[in-house]
Amino acid sequence: MLVLGMCPTLGTTTSALNGMGMGLATLVVLTLSNIVISAVARFIPDKVRIPSYIVIISAFVTIIQLLMQAFLPSLYETLGLFIPLIVVNCIVLGRAEAFANKNTVLDSACDGLGIGLGFTLSLTVIGLVREILGSGSFFGWNFLQGDGILVFVLAPGAFLVLGLLMALFNKLTQGRA
Amino acid sequence: MTILLILVFAIFVNNIVLSQFLGICPFLGVSKQVNTAVGMSLAVTFVMALATCVTWMLQNYVLVPLNMVYMQTVTFILVIAGLVQMVEIILKKISPALYQSLGIFLPLITTNCAVLGVALMVVQKQFTFGGETGMLNLGESVVFAIASAIGFGLAITLFAAIREQLETSNVPKPFKGIPIALITAGIMALAFMGFSGMV
Repeated sequence: MLVLGMCPTLGTTTSALNGMGMGLATLVVLTLSNIVISAVARFIPDKVRIPSYIVIISAFVTIIQLLMQAFLPSLYETLGLFIPLIVVNCIVLGRAEAFANKNTVLDSACDGLGIGLGFTLSLTVIGLVREILGSGSFFGWNFLQGDGILVFVLAPGAFLVLGLLMALFNKLTQGRA
Repeated sequence: MTILLILVFAIFVNNIVLSQFLGICPFLGVSKQVNTAVGMSLAVTFVMALATCVTWMLQNYVLVPLNMVYMQTVTFILVIAGLVQMVEIILKKISPALYQSLGIFLPLITTNCAVLGVALMVVQKQFTFGGETGMLNLGESVVFAIASAIGFGLAITLFAAIREQLETSNVPKPFKGIPIALITAGIMALAFMGFSGMV
């Protein structure tokens, strides 16, 4: 489930709140672009499909970017480069291509919400694990004096935590099947 | 001197894959064999240098004078998509041999976030090299883009070589595929952390 949209998954999950913020931003973009694309898909010639989708998606990303800059400046600073990069998040374009251009507006909105919530949940969980191990806090609440295992907040920790969580996920689903 | 610093900075210290988390999808996707990894990194180098050159000029000669910096994301992604398409067409006409080897990677590059990421980075961030802090000029930006692409190539090629070995080794079942690849990448990132503080 996590193989798409890797870059933000690894890059923004230094804490649970950052991961959740990124997930919610993606959720909004995904839902809105799904709605618009499913509404206009009939009028777009097949050949210029992908460029048109990209323009629609990047319009919504720009809106989110400006809104976050105005109302959540600290989160905007932390996520930085990864907000404009929602445009090239494979999940958003993937859902537009695989679902929104074939289904009704309502279905596409639900699809966007569902996928977006799943993505937000995974980002929050990864962020939470990294935050607990790395800085000894829980959603910003410090339960530990001093530093945690710093490496988990840095780059290598992201790869390690995601790898271990995916192995755990595989283990659980295989056990059930 | 500055150019040398930029090269070391972008290839080792701030490796685009292992410390910036850009371009992870191709990093995991096309790194099963060394050959394809090399092909992909050549194509990325080419497009990244070209795209950064064009978007830098667009930013400084069009968007800033017109006060339209908020259109950055939209214009940059369109320029990159158009550029990739153009390179593909030109390459097909001029050098079919090169097209044969790079062709299949080109469409994938549009959605490689490393290209857009580097294009945005050079126009947004302040860099400090040799005691001077400031925005990069056109030449430095292109050098930065090429260096980032070399860093991408280095990471993906090393990673592919490791994964070729992993194919034959006995990995516990839940770790098969992506999880063990991610852990390998994590250990590589640990190794690259040794370079931090060099520039």
